[in-house]
Amino acid sequence: MNISSILFYAISAFILGAGILAVTSVKIFRAAIWLLFSLVGIAALYFWMQVEFIAAIQIVVYVGGIVVLIIFSIFLTQHSGKEMKSTPIGKKIFSALAALFGTAFVHNLIVHYDGFAFNSAEPFNANVAEIGTQMLSTTSHGFILPFEVVSMLLLAAMIGCIIIALRPYHKDIADPIDETDSKNNVTTLINKD
Amino acid sequence: MQEIPLSQILFVSTALFFIGMYGLFTRRNLITMLMSIELMLNSVNINFVAFNKYLFPNNLDGLFFTLFIITIAAAEAAVAIAIIINLYRSHNSIDVDDATEMKY
Amino acid sequence: MSNYFYILWIPLLPLITFVILGLFGRKHLSSASGLIGTASLLTSTLLSFVAAKQYFFVDGKVNGVFQKIVAFNFTWLEFSPGLSIDLGMIVDPISVMMLVVVTSVSLMVHVFSLGYMKGEERYATYYSFLSLFTFSMLGLILSSNIFQVYMFWELVGVSSFLLISYYFNKPSAVAASKKAFIVTRFADLGFLIGILILGYYGGTLDIGLLIERFTSASSTQFISITSASFLGASMLTWGLTLLFMGGAGKSAMFPLHIWLPDAMEGPTPVSALIHAATMVVAGVYLVARMFPVFSMDETALNIVTYVGASSALFAAVIACTQTDIKRVLAYSTMSQIGYMMFALGISKNGGEAGLGYMASMFHLFTHAFFKSLLFLGAGSVIHMVHSNEMKDMGGLRKLMPVTHIAFLIACLAIAGIPPFAGFFSKEEILTAAFHENKIIYGIALFTAALTSFYMFRLYFNIFWSKEASIAAHGNTDHNANTHSKDTHDNHDHGEGPWVMKLPLIILATCAVGVGFIPFSSLVTSDGKALETHIDLVFSIAPVVLSILAILLAASFYKNQNEKSDKVASAFGGFYTAAYKKFYVDEVYIFMTKRIIFPFIGQPIAWADKNIVDGFMVLLAKVTLKISELIKGLQSGKVQNYAMYFFGGVAILSILIIYIWK
Repeated sequence: MNISSILFYAISAFILGAGILAVTSVKIFRAAIWLLFSLVGIAALYFWMQVEFIAAIQIVVYVGGIVVLIIFSIFLTQHSGKEMKSTPIGKKIFSALAALFGTAFVHNLIVHYDGFAFNSAEPFNANVAEIGTQMLSTTSHGFILPFEVVSMLLLAAMIGCIIIALRPYHKDIADPIDETDSKNNVTTLINKD
Repeated sequence: MQEIPLSQILFVSTALFFIGMYGLFTRRNLITMLMSIELMLNSVNINFVAFNKYLFPNNLDGLFFTLFIITIAAAEAAVAIAIIINLYRSHNSIDVDDATEMKY
Repeated sequence: MSNYFYILWIPLLPLITFVILGLFGRKHLSSASGLIGTASLLTSTLLSFVAAKQYFFVDGKVNGVFQKIVAFNFTWLEFSPGLSIDLGMIVDPISVMMLVVVTSVSLMVHVFSLGYMKGEERYATYYSFLSLFTFSMLGLILSSNIFQVYMFWELVGVSSFLLISYYFNKPSAVAASKKAFIVTRFADLGFLIGILILGYYGGTLDIGLLIERFTSASSTQFISITSASFLGASMLTWGLTLLFMGGAGKSAMFPLHIWLPDAMEGPTPVSALIHAATMVVAGVYLVARMFPVFSMDETALNIVTYVGASSALFAAVIACTQTDIKRVLAYSTMSQIGYMMFALGISKNGGEAGLGYMASMFHLFTHAFFKSLLFLGAGSVIHMVHSNEMKDMGGLRKLMPVTHIAFLIACLAIAGIPPFAGFFSKEEILTAAFHENKIIYGIALFTAALTSFYMFRLYFNIFWSKEASIAAHGNTDHNANTHSKDTHDNHDHGEGPWVMKLPLIILATCAVGVGFIPFSSLVTSDGKALETHIDLVFSIAPVVLSILAILLAASFYKNQNEKSDKVASAFGGFYTAAYKKFYVDEVYIFMTKRIIFPFIGQPIAWADKNIVDGFMVLLAKVTLKISELIKGLQSGKVQNYAMYFFGGVAILSILIIYIWK
């Protein structure tokens, strides 16, 4: 039982605990923060697995981008301090049972599979230079085509988001988002600090 | 590193996946459903990296997949937020049970 | 043997005419349709004469026997090897003879209708139906497979239906056509069952093969069909009797005769063609075609004989009382067909004893000519007088000389006066009857006397009786046997245009001349020539009886007097019964309305509506219920869909991983 294992167990517990809290929390803002912690935990796990580049990307994109986006949308669409409506208890129990069943089933499969031996024959080199050379090569192990396609996808997603979330044209149609803003009194919150 | 067998890392990712699934089934708010989906995507990322490191260390395909998934998850979250905002404009609520126009 | 393939054109030409006139006649060809129909039929008639000449005189006999030639055969629907519905064409003495008869009479009717139906609105439709009928009848005659006969049989029935209800605005015409179709269809049920029985035991539906298998007493089929029995009679009897039932329906034998008098609602040329000369002899033709098989079974032949004889007598008695001239002619037709039937019934197959067969066919031949002549003459009279009733006619001999002479010739022919055609054919029938069955001979003789009486009653009532001036103006109560347009009332009808007189003249010539054709050397039961001679001593009795009956009719009807009424009242109730056609129609109506409809029809209708339909409705309701239960699955909630998705994946994965390795 060396430090590496203890560290792993701690990080795993952190990830799972934060995840459970994220999905069960009744206040939406708290749920977003627990999600943030979970994602940071996953980044820690990547650091432990010595894939630092991925960990960095995780923090930059997920934590710094997506969670911030989620928090913005929470502010835009509802009263973040209030508690959310809860689901009927029957659905909760059924979903919990389904999740437990799923976990048990898949774990059973994993445990009984014999092919998961650690392959220590070659070293695992995941530094940035290596990643760059391999990803952008056009010959062996080259992922240049998906790389370019993903950039197209990002463009499409950007344009799509703007179009979908565009304010309606006619001025006399009320936009609920404006009304929510005034009720939230964001400026007073900030000024409090 | 050798002491933690692959199956334990896979257990972490499986558990995270099903936690995300529980959140997907249970939550009434569209934004919290989106958060659960992000958890599920992350569990898949852990899977890819672990497999790559433990079983196929000579190439980095798993890492590349993980990068792509992170990218696409970001794009998908943005589009989902846009849709939620659009839905909020028309229904004035983001409760998923209020958006049942596809009912029989 | 020469190639008779061109005979295929004889029925095909009317079919093509039917299609053309049916599709284009109304709009484009309306006034030319009569000429088109007549022209195509003229071609068919000429072809049939050529075929007759070639068959009887050029090819002649082989070893003294006329051959049955199958000119064309094509397997259409095969049930099993050997049992199939073929479409084929058979050329033998009776079919060639019938070809000549049907085409000639049809041609005469076509020409007559050029004048009679002129000005009708649906002129083209009329000619197209006439062509359809001619095609069906010709197809029936030429069929070599008994199922093919059945198909054309039904087609003939349909054509008859269409033509009887030609004046469809008249409810009585519509009712009459329905009655004709339903009665003949009911008879065809028996026909079909008969075909099935014969086909099952015989293993084939081809007429030639059936005859071959059933006429040799040692063949396996014959043994099997005579040994199987049902309710005491062998299956051969049942098969043949049911077959005869179909023939009896089409030929208006008692008790399936009820449709024939009502069928007179159709236009008179139609009655001449269908209900006098051609369609009603289809039953006789069927028995003649299957005659070798019939001759193997005594019981079936007896049934044919007695039904024929009783119908002949029955119809003759009723005809003496009727006042509608077309009804008189209808019952006369029934009576003459009865003659043909019992002549077949008393005949044996082959040689001297086959005289009845020859006589029946000869009578069919001559009857076609003089009966159609009678009907066309009646049509001419109706065309002038605008009424069917005898009381509206009288003294017309001065106004319509051609019709008068033609009608007189026809009446003399049907009465059996020498040297007209009917004498020769009736002679043969009576001779055959005398040698085979004295009772039948007696009935036949008495019926012959009655025939003369009522025909001349008809003749005198139309052409003598009253003074011409009373009758000429006709009367204004039109019945729909006349033209539908009123403009025809304005001009003087007279006797009708030359197209109406020409057929009368031609048919009158035939009625005089065809008696002299040496029929016995051409058409006999086994193909060999039959020695016949006119036994003058024997012929005296019927001729004398006929002349006495004519004189009796003359004394009653030539001038108006009270004698006929006194005789009628002397017969009393019997006269009334005969006038009311012996209440057969009333019996049928009672049976259908009081017995069949409430006890069979209504329960079946109830079962159909509630059980059969109800089952379908139940299926629909169950489906709806199930769908209502299932539609809850589509709640519109995304989370529920996700749950179903997960459930499906879980089940599939368990199945695939653990159970279906």
